[in-house]
Amino acid sequence: MNRACSIVLGFGLLICITVSAKPLTAVSDFEDRYHSILNELRCLVCQNQTIAESNADLAKDLRAEVKKMLLEGATDSEIIDFMASRYGDFVLYRPPLKPRTLLLWFGPFIFLGIGLLVLALVLRSQRSVGSMPLTEEEKMQVNAILDKSED
Amino acid sequence: MFKYFIPVIVFFALAGFLVTGLYKDPTAVSSPLVGKPVPQFTLPKLWDNEIEFSESEFAGKVSLFNVWATWCLACRQEHPLLVELSNSKVVTVYGLNYKDEISEARRYLVEHGDPFEASAVDATGRVGIDWGVYGVPETFIIDKQGVIRHKHIGVITQNDVQLTLLPLIRQLHNESM
Repeated sequence: MNRACSIVLGFGLLICITVSAKPLTAVSDFEDRYHSILNELRCLVCQNQTIAESNADLAKDLRAEVKKMLLEGATDSEIIDFMASRYGDFVLYRPPLKPRTLLLWFGPFIFLGIGLLVLALVLRSQRSVGSMPLTEEEKMQVNAILDKSED
Repeated sequence: MFKYFIPVIVFFALAGFLVTGLYKDPTAVSSPLVGKPVPQFTLPKLWDNEIEFSESEFAGKVSLFNVWATWCLACRQEHPLLVELSNSKVVTVYGLNYKDEISEARRYLVEHGDPFEASAVDATGRVGIDWGVYGVPETFIIDKQGVIRHKHIGVITQNDVQLTLLPLIRQLHNESM
C-alpha cells in the first residue's frame, strides 16, 4: 500500500514537473527570439554594434519596441520589416538579396574567380617555360660552366 | 609591356574608391522614407496640449519638419537658420520636440525665438521611431501632398539651406497639387 502510494506520488510529481516545464520553455523560446532579433539589427547611433550591445538611448527604445511587438504576437520577419521600413536596409546585419546588393553578395566570389584565373595563367606560363628545350648555344654555355666548377 | 601597368591601374582604382570614401559621411544613412507619405501619428502640441498635431497638418503646403530637443547641442547651432527660414515665409516650419521636457522646451523657444508654426511633443520617442529618427537634429522636407521628399541628418548649415533646401522648396512650390 505504501509502495503504491509512493508510485502515485511519484507520477503526480512527474506530471507536475512536465506541466510546469511547459511555460518555462515558452518563456525561453520567447527570450531566444528576442535575443536573436536584437542581434540581427544594427544600432544606427553607434554603427558597429547591434541594438543588443549598444547602450545608446535609441537602442534601448528599439529593444523595448521589439519586446512590445513580440508580446503582441508579431512574427520575427514582421519585426525585421518594421525596422527596415523605418531605418533602411542598413539596420539589417544580413542585407537582403536585391539588384542593389548583388555586388555585395557576389563580389567576393568574382574576386576569387579572378584570383584563380590569374593563378592558373601564371602556373601555365611557368610550366611552358620549364619544358622548353635548350638551344645549342645554351648547352655549350651550361657545359662551360659545369666544366669550370669541376676544376 | 602593358602588363607592367596593371598594378598601377589597380592602385589608382583602389585609391579612387578610398578617396571618395573619405568625403562621405558614414553617419548619414539614406532614409527609406524619402518618396513615401509621412507616417501617421497624433501627438499633443507644445504650446497647447489640448490640440492634436497629426500628419494632416502637412497637407496642401510645402513644409519643413525639424526634429529638435533642448538637450541637443547641435540643434542650438542650426536654430537661427530655422528662425530665418520661418521669417522668410518661403516654407512652413514645423517641429518635433523629441524626448524632451515640455517646460524646458517652452523656455528654450522663448529665449531663442520660435520658428515653428507648431511643435509636436514626442516625449517617449515612439513617433520618432516611425520617422526613422536616430540622430537629432534631423530635418524633413514635405511636399504639398504630404510626401517626404528629402531628409537631412545632422546640423543644417547656411550652405545646406542655399544649395539643397531652398532650391528643393522652390521646386516643390511649383509642383501642382
